[in-house]
Amino acid sequence: MQNRIRAVRWQEMVTPLAAVILALAIGAGFILFVGENPLTAYKILFVESFGNLRNLATTLQRATPLMFTGLAVAFGYRAGLFNIGAEGQLYIGAFAAAWVGFTLTGAPRFIHLPLAIIAGMLGGALWGSIPGYLKAKLGVHEVINTIMLNFIALYLTDWLATGPFHGGSWVPETARIKPAAALTRLYPPTRLTTGVFLALLAAFVVYLVLWKTRQGYELRAVGLNPDAAEYGGINVARNTVLAMAISGALAGLAGTEQILGLHNRFIVRFSSDLGFMGIAVALLGKNHPFGVILAAVLFGALQTGSAAMDRLTSVPRELITIIQALIIFFVAAEYLIRRILRMKEGA
Amino acid sequence: MGDILALLFNTAVFAAALRMATPLIFAALGGIFSERSGVVNIALEGMMLIGSFTAMFVSHHTGMPWMGVLGAVLAGLIVGLLHAVFCIRYRANQVVVGTAINIFAGGLTVFLLRYYFGAAGTSPSVATVSDITIPIISQIPWIGRIIGRQNPLVYLAILAVVAAHIVIYKTSWGLRLRAVGEHPRAADTVGVNVYRMRYLAVALSGALAGLGGTYLSIAHLSRFSEGMTAGRGFIALAAVIFGKWTPFGALGACLFFGYADALQMRLQDVGVPTQFMNMLPYVLTMVALAGFIGKSVGPKAAGEPYIKG
Repeated sequence: MQNRIRAVRWQEMVTPLAAVILALAIGAGFILFVGENPLTAYKILFVESFGNLRNLATTLQRATPLMFTGLAVAFGYRAGLFNIGAEGQLYIGAFAAAWVGFTLTGAPRFIHLPLAIIAGMLGGALWGSIPGYLKAKLGVHEVINTIMLNFIALYLTDWLATGPFHGGSWVPETARIKPAAALTRLYPPTRLTTGVFLALLAAFVVYLVLWKTRQGYELRAVGLNPDAAEYGGINVARNTVLAMAISGALAGLAGTEQILGLHNRFIVRFSSDLGFMGIAVALLGKNHPFGVILAAVLFGALQTGSAAMDRLTSVPRELITIIQALIIFFVAAEYLIRRILRMKEGA
Repeated sequence: MGDILALLFNTAVFAAALRMATPLIFAALGGIFSERSGVVNIALEGMMLIGSFTAMFVSHHTGMPWMGVLGAVLAGLIVGLLHAVFCIRYRANQVVVGTAINIFAGGLTVFLLRYYFGAAGTSPSVATVSDITIPIISQIPWIGRIIGRQNPLVYLAILAVVAAHIVIYKTSWGLRLRAVGEHPRAADTVGVNVYRMRYLAVALSGALAGLGGTYLSIAHLSRFSEGMTAGRGFIALAAVIFGKWTPFGALGACLFFGYADALQMRLQDVGVPTQFMNMLPYVLTMVALAGFIGKSVGPKAAGEPYIKG
């Protein structure tokens, strides 16, 4: 029995690892294409992301928002929802956090910071619950609505930060948040903040909620088979809205962390696809909170190392974007590999 | 008030609307073919982007813009096949694969741009497909100023809509296409090769989206710049839904979205924020899906891999 559990766990790890290795192998082809040595380039990538404490801190800092967006997508997935709206929820959450950050004055940190974080969560939750509600009440699939809401959030926050809440400079951004709303830096001069603890805490809470509470059981039941869940007395509509709201709150936290920890103000279009990368992180992490953390660290490392690789070799840093996309392809095609394996076992 | 009316019916705005709609029309037609066959295609954005890049690249090297158009169609076709292989053969989640293609296209185009043309975010200027004047039509008052002198790709887009309508509704291939997207099992039973239909439709989808991308880099502008599709693939997707998965419906939606796009700069002067005009296609699509203006319902089997039993 013990062995079998271990075997299953191992099998769970095989495909993500294979996906990463395959993607790196094809990435090596791209490196050869531009006339560089893949081993040299990958060595720089690795050393610059894990080589010393400072690089490791930068890797964790880059990984932090991806942990949140990865958790957001994974949480939705567990409840049978494909949330590709993390990008939009992130923007609304970020703006809400920034708004509390620069509006409230004179509050001590132990009040101001938590309020800004809660605002960011609520902003994301609100934006996430819209497609949840539309699915629950009107049966509209969440995929298209979350795509549409990504763009609506992008333009809405663009307008807010350049119109009514414009910071006054020529740059499209709001005023700076008050120091009392900022997350604390852990290892200057790196920009790693206490936000990383918040992300780890969020992963742990997601784990507890999904696997150790009745509510989590309901959400997963809906995710596995909504009809059976309904028949078993679970309110599918209510759970759908709730799952999207929680997923949105997690994405909102990603935006919150970026504002309170990194930018200290809302900057129009600040997110470089953090929400979409969350999809890759969730898939690679097998939609499990602890897997998500590992996958986010890997992606954070790739991003950290790519800057140095770009500087020291002629390999453009966009190689990393290509590798991340390839990882998604291979993880998605994983179902084929698993089916073949299972067929062999059956025979 | 009179000023606003004059603005709304300004021929220059209509002509600009038609130009803005052109890349959307091609991509939306691509979306229709794919979704009608039962394969969700949210990768239109990435396919367009790769089309834009390829068109610029081929035009840059050959000096012949029409070779660029051809190159973009082929590149789009290849990306379409990539989408098809993963969705149909490997039965991967179609939305996941679409997302991967979008990310891949964003990375690949900038990777190649920087490798071939250095650090700048734009390519050098290349030869473009130039505008043509239609002899008699250009003489007609008002209308002539809108459609009399346009880019050949604009006319091609309109022709493509008519062609797509005929193919989908008046040919047996179109009937099979719709059957495969609505009820693949039944289509299979009467001898339709579901997989082959889907491969063809998704490849065609990529080719059309690539053609849409062409317009941006070698007709509307004369260069490729980083992320130049700027969400147009998703507006095209919105047009597919808003137009209820029909070529003429999508054409109407694209023209309307193009009109809103053409109007936004001018409306800004009257005090309407551009961001609100930018939001319009997305908001309207959500409203349409929710059923407030005649419910949009897509092909039944869209999104589900078909497993031959």
